[in-house]
Amino acid sequence: MPTYAYPEFAYRPPQDLLVGAPQRRPLIVVGAGPVGLAAAIDARLHGLPVLLLDEDATVSLGSRAVCYAKRTLEILDRLGVGEAACQRGVSWNVGRTFLDEQEVYRFDLVAEPGHKRPGMINLQQYHLEDMLVARAQALGVDLRWRYQVVGVQNQADHIALQVQTPDGPLAIEADWLIVADGARSPLRRALGLDTQGHVFMDRFLIADVVMQADYPAERWLWFDPPFHRGQTVLLHKQSDDVWRIDFQLGWDADPEQERQPERVIPRIQAMLGDKRPFTLEWVSIYTFQCRRMKDFRAGRALFVGDAAHQVSPFGARGANSGIQDADDLVWKLALVIQGLAPHSLLDSYSEDRRFAADENILNSTRSTDFITPKSRVSQTFRDAVLHLAREHPFARKLVNSGRLSMPSVLTASRLNTPDTDTFSGDMVPGAPLADAPLLRESRATWLLDEMGGAFTLLLFAPDSSAITPALQAELDALRQQPIAVHSRLITADGSGNSLADVQGLAAQRYDAQHAAVYLIRPDQHVAARWRGLSLAGVPAALARASGQPNP
Amino acid sequence: MPLQLQAQFHEPGQRYFRDFTPGDDFYQALIDAHRDLSDAQSERLNARLILLLANHIGDIAVLREALALARSGA
Repeated sequence: MPTYAYPEFAYRPPQDLLVGAPQRRPLIVVGAGPVGLAAAIDARLHGLPVLLLDEDATVSLGSRAVCYAKRTLEILDRLGVGEAACQRGVSWNVGRTFLDEQEVYRFDLVAEPGHKRPGMINLQQYHLEDMLVARAQALGVDLRWRYQVVGVQNQADHIALQVQTPDGPLAIEADWLIVADGARSPLRRALGLDTQGHVFMDRFLIADVVMQADYPAERWLWFDPPFHRGQTVLLHKQSDDVWRIDFQLGWDADPEQERQPERVIPRIQAMLGDKRPFTLEWVSIYTFQCRRMKDFRAGRALFVGDAAHQVSPFGARGANSGIQDADDLVWKLALVIQGLAPHSLLDSYSEDRRFAADENILNSTRSTDFITPKSRVSQTFRDAVLHLAREHPFARKLVNSGRLSMPSVLTASRLNTPDTDTFSGDMVPGAPLADAPLLRESRATWLLDEMGGAFTLLLFAPDSSAITPALQAELDALRQQPIAVHSRLITADGSGNSLADVQGLAAQRYDAQHAAVYLIRPDQHVAARWRGLSLAGVPAALARASGQPNP
Repeated sequence: MPLQLQAQFHEPGQRYFRDFTPGDDFYQALIDAHRDLSDAQSERLNARLILLLANHIGDIAVLREALALARSGA
């Protein structure tokens, strides 16, 4: 009895879309995987109508993308599915690396307390997609299953699609198109666009195994274990007693042979070392590559997720960076569609997410080389690191069994206003916000939960008396502008309507012990910051962060 | 001064947001230095590298310590 029953989503005929075809829509998203769904949900939160097309009528086959990182969980919180995902998923922070049978390295994804979300949850992709589909439907995303895009043309002021449905062809147009159709991206190919990068000469077997096991909720990676000599094995706990096990096979392995149960079952039995029963729910053989498009914007088409970039999976940087792409893109697209920002703001999406993709590709490539060294000298150094790691701290730090997904600090973003004051810590312009525990009206809350999806000023002051009537009037005026800027006050004592930083962690993380103002983007990244409570720099910083042309 | 066994890799003027990055930067440079070399060429490169770095360290007591640790469990 499988642990999961795949839904069959209802097909809706295109009659309404054929009236006066081709209709023109402000926004169409192609691909209802986690990234396309996240983008569509965010679009609805910005008040945009959105049509989401998917060529299938169900969710991900197999667990596929399993590890959802803290930053992604924060985004999922903002989208409204974070709690459901964390309830269903298996939280973890600790990863352990073994050489043979001895532990040589351990990492902890959240090095300090005082954050709402864990470093990572494991959740089968189909469970996440179920939650995202339900949220999308609740928000009024126009979801069309079994709509396959077979042609696309960029025009000067719109993009044209030819779609195949079970009831025949449909022509439709969009002002803007978000392409989220996965690694092979038929739309990317149809637009004549390419990716650059390279393939790694290796193969891995991945299996979803249903079994009773008391391995802890930690990521375990073995180099050269007795049960799979000379190769690497990876173990993750998912929900419903489904365990994800990855076995390195090498480039010469025959994928057709290796995916047969008769080949897979003995490998798992060797790993377990006992005769407990288990069932194989899903098996796949994958090869991996690190590639990306040169530009994630092509006219009216914006590429997100695997359609834009692919990474080898060590580090869980695929789906996580895709969801972070959508987080970066949709607020910018909303401003453009609302006529509040020029189209060139969308080029900052491409720049910033190419920066992030390069960081992900760099880290995934380094991990892949360490986990599967491709030359004799590379293997020699890798084994030397593992040997030295048993005893020596410096070598433990070099053990690269996967640099797990962390959000990029967008230091090169053209939307940032460079610091003119000196701050310590990591909340530089371009940084995603650090969480912190706060109180609102004596009830526990989290800094990130207090941010909305709009530009926001975070003001830090010892108490609310620092907000003079004149300053309050300025803050009120900022909220009334076409690009509204909201504000949140964080104080030590929670006076007025402020958020109380009772543990002082917010002031510490933002180096804001006295008075400071941070301008935060809708995607919860720092755009600018100043010491003191003057808002003099805000208009210019806001203009810069929203891509306004120079006056 | 004893042999340093805590993580030391850093590059002047660089700001790191992740603590694993400087070590990974060096490790990649090391692996890249061997790109497209034969095994024999790699062996020669490693020998030269050891000599260059050993001279930079200079202190023979430290070097003896490193040699002993490197030999243990060979």
